[in-house]
Amino acid sequence: MATRVLDQSEIQRALSRIAHEILEREKGADNLVLMGIPSRGVPLAQRIAERIRTIEPGAEVPVGALDVTMFRDDLRLRPARALGHTVVPPEGIDGRTVVLVDDVLFRGRTIRAALDALAEIGRPRAVRLAVLIDRGHRELPIRADHVGKNVPTSLRESVRVRLTETDGADEVLIGQDA
Amino acid sequence: MRHLLSAADLGRDDAVLVLDTARELAAVSGRAVKKLPTLRGRTVVNLFFEDSTRTRISFEAAAKRLSADVINFSAKGSSVSKGESLKDTALTLAAMGADGVVIRHGASGAPHRLASSGWISAAVVNAGDGTHEHPTQALLDAYTMREHLAGGAGDLEGLRVTIVGDVLHSRVARSNVLLLHTLGAQVTLVAPPTLLPVGVESWPCEVSYALDDPLPGTDALMMLRVQRERMSAAYFPSEREYARRYGLDARRSGLLPQHAIVMHPGPMNRGMEITAEVADGPRSVIVEQVTNGVSIRMAVLYLLLGGAEIE
Repeated sequence: MATRVLDQSEIQRALSRIAHEILEREKGADNLVLMGIPSRGVPLAQRIAERIRTIEPGAEVPVGALDVTMFRDDLRLRPARALGHTVVPPEGIDGRTVVLVDDVLFRGRTIRAALDALAEIGRPRAVRLAVLIDRGHRELPIRADHVGKNVPTSLRESVRVRLTETDGADEVLIGQDA
Repeated sequence: MRHLLSAADLGRDDAVLVLDTARELAAVSGRAVKKLPTLRGRTVVNLFFEDSTRTRISFEAAAKRLSADVINFSAKGSSVSKGESLKDTALTLAAMGADGVVIRHGASGAPHRLASSGWISAAVVNAGDGTHEHPTQALLDAYTMREHLAGGAGDLEGLRVTIVGDVLHSRVARSNVLLLHTLGAQVTLVAPPTLLPVGVESWPCEVSYALDDPLPGTDALMMLRVQRERMSAAYFPSEREYARRYGLDARRSGLLPQHAIVMHPGPMNRGMEITAEVADGPRSVIVEQVTNGVSIRMAVLYLLLGGAEIE
């Protein structure tokens, strides 16, 4: 039994709002880089970048991908897993504002790993965080700057984000773990 | 995967996972900070009973880029030269808390003995045992072929690979035949009959005694080193005759198709199995093989030591 908490148009509206928020907060799109966290953070980052280009015609918004697997603190708890693909935009991230983009913010450990991974490839001027869903239960002092939807959950529930690019449809589901 | 002892241990999906992981890790070697924290606090012992330059350095660089502590052990100048057995060396390593052991040994099967004996609990990586196997070399060769000839993704389905020279003494050839077959490539071995092992007809490959025949249909040509240190008898009349019949020179290189690459696991005997002109020529990917070796060994160490221990 899964309940849908966001449908396609709601996801689109949330991403549009996040794009506006980013532009408002950074006072434009100069020196902005979006880094998606694989797998679903990457298409989300691309969608946000597209919207920013629509809002501010002529704005250059490089989009990259940041795999955090090698920086996770729970590596030793599970068998070694396959790596995602990291793409650093040719402009680099030095001196720019990097917006990390992920689908679900949960315990905060992925974002901690992402901050370490980011430090290996450069020194951004500032790092922000945009997520489609914030489901709570943080274990680290990490907070998102831009949230699509806050979804209070219990620890027994699972949140599943499905996107057209990766899963064939746009929706966010909440289910009960067995 | 608990140990990497033989190329035959790898199924197609395992092998592709290693290659894909290596491809991601190759990007790290291009960055200003060539370091990942993944194996911090884990100890990798390079246990080398035979001389080696590139393999040992390659494993050392790979382990250090993953932040592992590396202990280098070479038989020369150690207690092995006083007669210590493999078992006692292994017990010493276990007492020091090694998490991974990279072993090169002159005796075929030594890594297998180390892994299955119960002497140590560490993951064992075979870095060349006698004339048996050298799986990470096969993986880096497959990686190099995949980058040049298969778009850097998937397997090597349909690729035609010719391996030339001292197959008898070559652990590289055996591992390559096994792995390339698993990845879907067609392998042809070319060697004088004296340098082919007994039972080669049961290997998953073709065998030819003449080098010129398979060249026009070859995508990747791998020249093997003539291993004089392992030769106790005369396997061919003279070096000159070997070079004439089985050496790669400019004329033979010209018989290859336009896209073909020339490989050599190193160290080369220039002028014997390969001329300097070809070794340094545009088809040669020999230096690149060394670079790819570090990425492959990072991938192997990560996959064996990076996750939870498999009980």
